[in-house]
Amino acid sequence: MEDFLLRGLLGGMGVAVVTGPIGCFIVWRKMAYFGDSLAHAALLGMALGFSFGTDLRLGILVACVSLALFLLLLQTRKKLSTDTLLGVLSHAALAFGVIAVSLMEMLRVDLMGYLFGDILAVGPADLLWIYGGGAAGLCALASIWRSLLAVTVNEELARAEGVSVFAVKLAFMLLIALVVAVGMKLIGILLITSMLIIPAAAARPFSRTPERMAALASLAGACAVALGMYVSVRWNAPAGPSVVVAAALLFLLSFAWSATARGKP
Amino acid sequence: MTDAPAPLVSARSLRLRLGGATILENIDLDISAREILTLIGPNGAGKTTLLRVLLGLIAPDSGEVRRKEELIIGYVPQTFEVDESLPLTVRRLLTLTQKPSREEMREHLEETGAGDLLDHPFASLSGGERQRVLLARALLRNPRLLVLDEPLRGVDIAGQTELYRLIERIRDDRGCGILMVSHDLHFVMASTDLVVCLNRRVCCSGRPEAVSRHPEYLSLFGPQAAESLAVYKHAHNRIHGPGGEVTPLESAEARPRANGSV
Repeated sequence: MEDFLLRGLLGGMGVAVVTGPIGCFIVWRKMAYFGDSLAHAALLGMALGFSFGTDLRLGILVACVSLALFLLLLQTRKKLSTDTLLGVLSHAALAFGVIAVSLMEMLRVDLMGYLFGDILAVGPADLLWIYGGGAAGLCALASIWRSLLAVTVNEELARAEGVSVFAVKLAFMLLIALVVAVGMKLIGILLITSMLIIPAAAARPFSRTPERMAALASLAGACAVALGMYVSVRWNAPAGPSVVVAAALLFLLSFAWSATARGKP
Repeated sequence: MTDAPAPLVSARSLRLRLGGATILENIDLDISAREILTLIGPNGAGKTTLLRVLLGLIAPDSGEVRRKEELIIGYVPQTFEVDESLPLTVRRLLTLTQKPSREEMREHLEETGAGDLLDHPFASLSGGERQRVLLARALLRNPRLLVLDEPLRGVDIAGQTELYRLIERIRDDRGCGILMVSHDLHFVMASTDLVVCLNRRVCCSGRPEAVSRHPEYLSLFGPQAAESLAVYKHAHNRIHGPGGEVTPLESAEARPRANGSV
């Protein structure tokens, strides 16, 4: 196998293993739109990073974290639901980003790269980022797992039982922001957000416990990467979209299975 | 030992406004161990809000809530929905914030009448089964105070009688203080030690016999509520047969639910 293929495969699978469990929480907490909002904020982040002459990844990270904090702040006033707030933030961030980019004539954004990244261009340093950051992210998630699950099941009950709800939610939001910011530069917005949602959704019918669903989501994501890369090489299709299509296919299979085997978990 | 142990939770002059409306006004309340205190009142009277203030989930605008130090509270909220996308068995629900052994889980589920549900998905349970599981979950914390917000929602009539007994037993055997919201005036009048009739402020409070004769209680719950005590006692005799056999009440009409709902 060619080196760049192997690196793409390893990189994609590394991302999938991390996005699986995090994506489950995104699905359970009905935050599917959050990834998109972060991705939109990232465009603004790129423009900011560019104008301050810093690493674009840093700009993206700052924008994503700001959006996460802003959302958390808005959530404390319970008048509007999270998806509505995300709708507001997402489009506002995108509009700001487009304006910022258009004001900077020097900055040329490659829209395809922005959407799909280039999984085949993953270099050795990127692999280090993925596996180092991924391991740190998974450790962070493991350390808040019980509390976050309790908050997800019933926030009020968790609070009454002494879970520090705000801290746990904050940690989780920052974790997503981190994953999206790091992952996006490497594999693009569409791929990172799909890898959060689709494998988790595909894992649901086969799971009786949250932990099993998280593990299966990682597995489904890794399979989607492998399958997508194969399709990409075999038929010379673009790699990122092929991975997304493969994940969607897995979801359809899982959906069909659950529809025919009613009564199972 | 002192002759009057400090209350588990004590509230003084609570006042709360939400969105411009006064929800709670000048509330004083003490909950002690080995005591069932029930909040009754019409819809919108602020019963659940008061529970949430006492639990520390919302801060009052003024007044204070004192909880005994290191007080372990078992709480069963009024609504408990788990999204279908989250796979959760009863076992996993019971181990959410604690680590009870399998034996302990079985024991507590048996106690609340949900013995065989351990491996069922929570989402597949009926309303009554959920209440039993949630009660078992609260008891597993080994609480000193049990806070129940309408614990009998969705429980069938025979099951209700069973659960009333259980709640009394929890008080007697575990020495728990129990704070609950209930709409079932029969249970309230027969099994409760203290009744607080709430309508944004405390309309009247005290022993059930006294409250059931209080004019404010009568005006809130209507004239048929006055009979709830007598009706229950009548029915009560019937359920405990002399041989100790438990006979469910024949019909809902035998025990009219005085309803304060507007």
